[in-house]
Amino acid sequence: MYQYDEYDRRIVAERAKQFEGQVERRYSGEITESEFKPLRLQNGLYMQLHAYMLRVAIPYGTLSSKQLRKLAHIARTYDRNYGHFTTRQNLQYNWPKLDDVPKILQELASVEMHAIQTSGNCVRNVTSDHLAGVAPDELEDPRPWAEIIRQWSTFHPEFAALPRKFKIAVGATPGVDRAAIAYHDIGVRLIENEAGERGFEVLAGGGMGRTPYIGQVVGKFVAKEDLLSYIEAILRVYNTYGRRDNLYKARIKILVNALGVEAFRERVEEEWEQIKDGPLKLEQAEIERVARHFAPPPYEKLPDGKPQLDALRLGKDRELARFVRNNVLAHKQPGYAAVIVSLKQKGIPPGDMSDEQMDAFADLADRFGFGELRVTHTQNLVLPDVRASDVPALHAELVKLGLATPNHNKLTDLIACPGLDYCALANARSIPVALELMERFEDIDYQSDLGELNVKISGCINACGHHHVGHIGILGIDKGGEEFYQIMLGGSAGYDASLGEFLGKALSVTDIVPGVSKVLNCYLGLRTSPEDRFIDVVRRVGLAPFKEAVYGPPTMRQGVAHADH
Amino acid sequence: MQIIKDGAIVEDPFVHVADGVELPASGDVIVSLDRYLAQREALKRREGRVGVRLRSDQEAKLAAPYVAELPVIAVEFPGFKDGRGYTTGRLLRERFGYAGQLRAVGDVLRDQLFYMRRCGFDAFELKSGKDVQGALQAFQEFTVTYQGAADDQRPLFRRRASAHH
Repeated sequence: MYQYDEYDRRIVAERAKQFEGQVERRYSGEITESEFKPLRLQNGLYMQLHAYMLRVAIPYGTLSSKQLRKLAHIARTYDRNYGHFTTRQNLQYNWPKLDDVPKILQELASVEMHAIQTSGNCVRNVTSDHLAGVAPDELEDPRPWAEIIRQWSTFHPEFAALPRKFKIAVGATPGVDRAAIAYHDIGVRLIENEAGERGFEVLAGGGMGRTPYIGQVVGKFVAKEDLLSYIEAILRVYNTYGRRDNLYKARIKILVNALGVEAFRERVEEEWEQIKDGPLKLEQAEIERVARHFAPPPYEKLPDGKPQLDALRLGKDRELARFVRNNVLAHKQPGYAAVIVSLKQKGIPPGDMSDEQMDAFADLADRFGFGELRVTHTQNLVLPDVRASDVPALHAELVKLGLATPNHNKLTDLIACPGLDYCALANARSIPVALELMERFEDIDYQSDLGELNVKISGCINACGHHHVGHIGILGIDKGGEEFYQIMLGGSAGYDASLGEFLGKALSVTDIVPGVSKVLNCYLGLRTSPEDRFIDVVRRVGLAPFKEAVYGPPTMRQGVAHADH
Repeated sequence: MQIIKDGAIVEDPFVHVADGVELPASGDVIVSLDRYLAQREALKRREGRVGVRLRSDQEAKLAAPYVAELPVIAVEFPGFKDGRGYTTGRLLRERFGYAGQLRAVGDVLRDQLFYMRRCGFDAFELKSGKDVQGALQAFQEFTVTYQGAADDQRPLFRRRASAHH
């Protein structure tokens, strides 16, 4: 994985020192709270409902065991013994004290980590495919490109005060998207053209929030050496023309859609023409220098692991069989597998991990791999390089840690925002609904039978829980001081990106989980085979049968609607 | 008034004159770009230098035809969250070859100075009431930068390469 050099170390150390000074000046009153706000935000320090929250950057979701131990230490020493992995592959601490933050930043710097630009109106931490470098279907490892973008964006002086936050994701698998690329301000997809040359398809204007949009293709084929100049041109157009009069209209998606993608592309390419042959043009030597950091680890020469894993999938140990079927994925390297470790455990908020689990998990990353792990944008972890023969031993260890739930891509592998339990913006709680769903649908055989199913829950229209792109999305709203929940169906964050549609009127906190249950039963009745996925059925038949399942026949709904007034 | 110029605190001879306000008979003034364009010939005959002031929604290209004759271009930052001026600065320096004084005015705070200088600003009117002396430290806080900008157009990867030769 990427190792800091002297430059990276200096920048992060100088940043930690700078922030210490900023905190001092805030305490002395030299800077006001409103002046301090963008400074702390660009250091990942966010004000929540009850306390500050510190968001630590995990660039493109790659983490070493040493770094995870440090994160455990910070959780233990400065917070309440846990951390929360986020939908942008970062880690949040929910209870740090402002006084401690400079110390925490120093601790992070000691393991080549930071909280730079994890919040605020700047280019945020760059995300990528959590299977980067190990996925058999990728063209090449996308992380060198993500790292090149990370360096370019870190303290970029021109883009330090954008109209709004700016998120970039990078992927490199044709026809597959494991990083929700289409929902980013800029999505970068490594592709191969008809001549067999590799370059980038560059999307812009995707995003969730109040006004969700799927990103549109701006750069159809951008040469590798032009990646930074092309992105810089997009950012420059956005910085100049993005709206600043209305917080809710300030994202680049609004600009792209107001101009239309053709006119937007014209502006970008007019700007790009001016800079594409300038100093931003990437040199082969630099591309190779960064790529060397992501060279494959010293794999052993092993026989193909597939027969072994297939045997486990059909084996007598049913718990292990379920785990291998659902959570053990194919790997580029013969004899190895990537293992999804679910942070969706019954009774625990999605994405949370205790300090003890982190420490123990770091040991597993060393024992079953090369001391590296990944964070997924669905708030899980990955051990990327597990020998197929080690899978049973790893599973046994995960069971001890309570981290062996075999629910990858299943109903209870759900995303939820922090909601009203933590967040000042929320209208309703998300976590209790998530926990109730996890409890109600705990039976893994039932989940496995349902097949691939993404449930995403947000506690308000800002959509941090990505409800628009859940196969089943749940949106919390406030109705006269009471929490209600709307169901959406048909969203997807994958390559077949689509936005969900509202099913009908909101359900009360006691009716929402039974409502989901009715949707699921309806699906089971409609599917033609177990391979006929939930999302396929919704796309094929539309919402009508699901409406009827949840709200009753149309005539009755009329009556209900009246009673609601 | 005192401004920061090239990393030091100096007395500034320029006076901002708002639109519609009569110009002083002599002395250095900064007027809006709109006024400059409307009264350019008359202003040239006046005793004293004339600089212009760009609003944050006025793009660099509007001032581009005049870069050779302007001793000062002041770019407004109406609020510290409005970052359009950073682009304006870079384009004036890097694309339009402006070599005169480039001044940040408005809601200019210490923690923006480093970025502003990188974008080509060499003069700063700090927001009134702020510690000017302390603000000078902002220029020393970072000793490494990844990207090229107006101060050095080479990204680190180009500088890194030359350091090894």
